Amino acid sequence: MSKTLKAPIPEGPLAEKWNNYKAKARLVSPNNRKQLEVIVVGTGLAGASAAASLAEMGYNVKSFCFQDSPRRAHSVAAQGGVNAAKNYKNDGDSVYRMFYDTLKGGDFRSREANTYRLAECSASLIDQAVAQGVPFGREYGGYLRNRSFGGVQVSRTFYARGQTGQQLLLGSYQALLRQQHTGKVKLYARHEMLDVVIIDGRARGIIARNLDTGEIERHGAHTVVLATGGFGKIYYLSTLAMGCNASAIWRAHKKGAYMANPSWTQIHPTSLPQSGEHQSKLTLMSESLRNDGRIWVPKDKNETRAPGEIPEDDRDYYLERKYPSFGNLAPRDISSRAAKEQIDLGKGVGPLKNAVYLDFSRAINEYGKDVIAERYGNLFTMYKKITGIDAYKEPMKISPAAHFSMGGLWVDYELMTTVPGLFAIGEANFSDHGANRLGANSLLQACVDGYFILPYTLQNYLADQIKIPKIEVDHPAFEESEKLVKDQMQSFLSCKGKKTAEEFHKELGKELYDKCGLLRTKNGLEKAIENIRNLREEYKTNLLVPGSAEEVNSELEKAGRVADYMELAELMCVDALHREESCGAHFRAEFQTEDGEARRDDENFCYSAAWEWTGNASQPILNREPLVFDTVKPTVRSYK
Amino acid sequence: MKITLKIWRQRDCQSKGEFKEYHLDKVSKDMSFLEMLDTLNIKLIKQGDLPVEFDHDCREGICGQCGVMINGIAHGPLKNTTTCQLHMRSFNDGDTIYVEPFKASAFPIVRDLKVNRSALDHIITSGGYVSVDTGQAPEANSIPVTFEQAEAAFDAAACIGCGACVASCKNSSAALFTSAKISHLAQLPQGDKETSTRVVSMVNQMEEEGFGHCTNTEACEVECPEGISVLNIARMNYEYNRSRLMKK
Repeated sequence: MSKTLKAPIPEGPLAEKWNNYKAKARLVSPNNRKQLEVIVVGTGLAGASAAASLAEMGYNVKSFCFQDSPRRAHSVAAQGGVNAAKNYKNDGDSVYRMFYDTLKGGDFRSREANTYRLAECSASLIDQAVAQGVPFGREYGGYLRNRSFGGVQVSRTFYARGQTGQQLLLGSYQALLRQQHTGKVKLYARHEMLDVVIIDGRARGIIARNLDTGEIERHGAHTVVLATGGFGKIYYLSTLAMGCNASAIWRAHKKGAYMANPSWTQIHPTSLPQSGEHQSKLTLMSESLRNDGRIWVPKDKNETRAPGEIPEDDRDYYLERKYPSFGNLAPRDISSRAAKEQIDLGKGVGPLKNAVYLDFSRAINEYGKDVIAERYGNLFTMYKKITGIDAYKEPMKISPAAHFSMGGLWVDYELMTTVPGLFAIGEANFSDHGANRLGANSLLQACVDGYFILPYTLQNYLADQIKIPKIEVDHPAFEESEKLVKDQMQSFLSCKGKKTAEEFHKELGKELYDKCGLLRTKNGLEKAIENIRNLREEYKTNLLVPGSAEEVNSELEKAGRVADYMELAELMCVDALHREESCGAHFRAEFQTEDGEARRDDENFCYSAAWEWTGNASQPILNREPLVFDTVKPTVRSYK
Repeated sequence: MKITLKIWRQRDCQSKGEFKEYHLDKVSKDMSFLEMLDTLNIKLIKQGDLPVEFDHDCREGICGQCGVMINGIAHGPLKNTTTCQLHMRSFNDGDTIYVEPFKASAFPIVRDLKVNRSALDHIITSGGYVSVDTGQAPEANSIPVTFEQAEAAFDAAACIGCGACVASCKNSSAALFTSAKISHLAQLPQGDKETSTRVVSMVNQMEEEGFGHCTNTEACEVECPEGISVLNIARMNYEYNRSRLMKK
């Protein structure tokens, strides 16, 4: 039965809601906090900041990550920056402006109150990070420096060279380890969560596998927080780390947590193109490059000249042509789609004709090579390392790549999923970005969720849990979960087929990218669903996993992740198929305006789709959370 | 390209390891070094052998999880490049490549090329942070940090924690890693309040983890993918001595 979901939003005008919530939220006294245990899965910006903040308050925290150190979580790879409404530039920024930019950037498909709260808490994050010693870029006088990012007309992005994610993550990693030092955090690196344990309807623990020994462990707690990031790696070729996966949230989904808008994936416009079949990932080049780089393709699809020999008249600067007011800084979904359009017309460049040019020659002429090197030197070096090409001399070749999951576990205003006691923060949830995320908002969301929101909302939940004794792991629910996990691993190992998990993943990813990527059609999605079902069947009988479960076995780890992708992929297609409109990153060819822009349908689709697991991957139930706009009136999103 | 690989295989830290030889025929110059290992692994799995276990994650040179000795050099022949960013165009057709894990007694071998580098985390745990709780921070611009200070702190903070410095050092010292964190925080007004206690805790922890002493060979700086400077070690020693003297 399809339900209408409600996320209780605090009373009052938009700007007062979060304060009203905090004023009324229940508290746990410091003495009682030490009786309570919290599990946080994931140590990226969301997980580390949440675990550190909760431990500082006095809770006992167990922190898990599959990497060999919490510092390696994929937040580390974010390059460009983090947004905050500090208005240090005096250029018209404000909390409201930032809220509106984010809401509009997401094509009016996110919850007003959540998005406002994100903007509202943004300034505190910069304060916190600076206090931790994050070396943000500075002006010569010693004050913080800002730059501009796609989809906005103010400068509100703070950055630490091209390594903002790394520096912010080190800040929260150090805060986490400081709490390990006090004994309030127990750290479990090289541990992968394989199931959530539910007792009497509440999340009470997890099953984790020690990746060094293969041992299956049970961990109990009063509440479980998932901060396990996004699942763009489902496309196989993506900008994500090799280990990024959907398994934690997907297994939570199968235990009752709804998945919201799973098909909304941001395809980033400036990644390096695929160069061959062996390729395992696509490297991102920061969006900041579009501040000075101009994007173009040859007008003639049979062009054979080297880029430098093609005269201006024979080039099509298509972003500048189509979106004169934002030009090369049009938002990511629009830029990616425009690139695909050119590539599909046969105008792509490079040996596989799968890229477009990102050209710095004008900027180099105008400002000199030194200035460009100062701004983007590390990116030019990286480009040369990977491609062997000197981008000061010839344009970069770039191409769209799967990047960020706007979709994820459905959460209410308190960031709690539909399973009581199970929270999801950061990219693992769906909440703040609507159908398209603005650049430099993801580091922000991860940090704000962990440092400033969860510590209040989790406490509100824990207030009536103080009488619950320590969760014992001999409960039958743990036994059952453990058996499920072990049986699944055994089935992978005993299959002894002919194809590795990686090979299946590549096939799945290609199917999904072709039919549920930048451009979606009814026919394509229906075909994809059929093909994914077949592939999933084949996975059951033809998978080859070497070794055993009782040892280090990265192939076994992959097998579990790919099995989850096989189910999630179908849900993504179902979600994309049901949404008969175009919004943000979700572009259905059937629903576009005369000039090829997304045509939203607010009358029929102004809701978040929250899918419920039924035990059959092909029969999910659609629940709807209507999006109510009290303050803002959704308009046609234009960047022209 | 045809490549011969001699790869260190070891079941766990208790077992004896050895080099095993493998041959790959169709290596493309555009492959990354790790993609070449992926190719080998698929081949091994299909033959019914166990694949070579190696650590990796982001594959864009920032997470610090990858790292092997390639022909005796941490992260291979290219300067300022992690293993994941090294491409096969740096090798020639017919080359034989020796691949070993980062070896150090503080880095027990997990399997094959995978080692446990938690000892580096323990050094940070002992004091590699600013003691500020969430919520305590003052307005960000109330702590001006000059451009030069911020840049110098960043140069030290850029360490990715891969452990190449330890693997390259004949004493298996973690001095470059430890000093980079001390230096990052000591150069900022937010962090310098705790410098004297921090430096003593971290240096003591480094010894406790079984890392060797620094004898200034500077091999660490040469092999560091981030180009972290040995001047950080000098600063660490200065701060350490100062802290000990102040106590007396």
